[in-house]
Amino acid sequence: MGTELGKYKLCVSARSTDKDILKKAQDGGIVTQLFKYALEEGIIDGAIVAGPSDEPWRPRPFIATSVEELMATPGTRYNISPQVSWIKEATRSFGLDRIGIVGTPCQMQAVRKGQLYPVGLRDVDDKIALAIGIFCMENFPYQSIKQLVEDHAGMKLESVKKIDIGKGKFWVYGARGQVVQLPLKVTHKYEQPGCHVCLDYVANLADVSTGSVGSPDGWSTVFVRTRKGDDIWSKAIAAGCFETKPIEQVKPGLELVSKLANEKITKNQKTVEERARFGVNKALRNPYIKP
Amino acid sequence: MAEKITVGHVHMSGCTGCLVSLADNAEGLLTILDKYADLVYGLTLADVRHIPKMDVALVEGSVCIQDKISVQEIRETREKAAVVVAVGGCACYGNITRFGRGGVQNQPQHESYLPIGDLIKVDVYIPGCAPCPQLIRNVCVMAYLLLKGNKEQQELAKKYLAPLMQLAERGTEACGCDLMYDVVNQGLCIGCGSCAAACPVRAITHEYGKPNVNREMCIKCGACYAQCPRSFFNFDVITEFEGITELIAGALK
Repeated sequence: MGTELGKYKLCVSARSTDKDILKKAQDGGIVTQLFKYALEEGIIDGAIVAGPSDEPWRPRPFIATSVEELMATPGTRYNISPQVSWIKEATRSFGLDRIGIVGTPCQMQAVRKGQLYPVGLRDVDDKIALAIGIFCMENFPYQSIKQLVEDHAGMKLESVKKIDIGKGKFWVYGARGQVVQLPLKVTHKYEQPGCHVCLDYVANLADVSTGSVGSPDGWSTVFVRTRKGDDIWSKAIAAGCFETKPIEQVKPGLELVSKLANEKITKNQKTVEERARFGVNKALRNPYIKP
Repeated sequence: MAEKITVGHVHMSGCTGCLVSLADNAEGLLTILDKYADLVYGLTLADVRHIPKMDVALVEGSVCIQDKISVQEIRETREKAAVVVAVGGCACYGNITRFGRGGVQNQPQHESYLPIGDLIKVDVYIPGCAPCPQLIRNVCVMAYLLLKGNKEQQELAKKYLAPLMQLAERGTEACGCDLMYDVVNQGLCIGCGSCAAACPVRAITHEYGKPNVNREMCIKCGACYAQCPRSFFNFDVITEFEGITELIAGALK
């Protein structure tokens, strides 16, 4: 296909040089480290991240305006956090002029649509200073995660230390050290339905996008995509925030990223086509054609 | 510099908030008026009595069908303008005027307000209450490129304006319920939160990742659905966000 990875200026394998970040990070700590650097340098004055809520493993959008607040939020939760819902409020109640936001590919699409077609996002379009996208095959509703962890993996959500999807499995790590793996064929049916028409795996519209796929354990694959992203990334590198390796020199490398991206796009393109003949001469709506 | 386009602001039953939104482009508006558009009509801004011939009519407000002058003016607008843009929730969908039932002094019989699309054909929608200054700006720049730009610019303007034209074709009813009918019920919601961010009255919250609309609060402005990345998402335009943003910024320098 050739377009499955989107436009990018640079692709590397990287990890944070900050031991505290790496200890809490999902993989290479890219998002936390890059936001930390941007906050410290005044490139952003706050970041919309996925923070904790009053239920275990249920994220909610949270606006971190200090490194301390940011450091309370690393890791991937694998369920929905409506990140974009705070994007206007961030410029109002929080008074941010330079917003950082992290989100899934679809949330990056929402941010860019919001910049080009700001229907209800007054004075937001020029305030997005750093949009970081995370690779995403699909997302889950909170109740799906609860069902997978509590019913399938037999663990209490409160006692889960880490959830991960990798190497073709859904992994649940308990606080006492127990590890349960579920095959993805068990998890598929619990996915958020809206994900099945998504045609973006590696957050093509982010300034910088990142995810574990393609890099060794503890490292992340990073795409630097826009001029803004390039500027911030190169400053962060110069400041010694990241250790990097050329993506060509790591295993499994870009080939796997491409393979998974193509798999996702092909599968979901098929879903989009099937929706066109879902009923008897009746189609389901296709947002890529018209509203 | 190519010649300018002519633009008018037609005021129906609206609160002038849409006009204020246009004006909120500040220096941007001055640049638009300086380089790209002559304002040939506008109740508060131009000393012109009758609706003249113009390229683009920006219509604010819904039409009170008991008010003969309003009905006559909206008909005239359609005859005189090459492109009619419904600016704001009232012109597109009725918005808050949908709840008008008359009984207000000194014209208590003025009780029926219709979105302009129920009386004339509308070409482009800019939903929202108030519509966002930056979207009005983008549409103005794109309208200029469409009418006066080179071939490439015309192509871009066509692509950019397409979904806003499709919204106009879609109809004159809007409600927070659209999020249920046309997004969640259609299996398209991704829980991104755009709808909640766009809602001017904070009627939308997210319960476990899906929008929950307080329908008592909804004013029917259409912002939530139009903002949703799953109402329309035109890859050919949005993927080029960096270039288009620069183009618009450059045009307003």
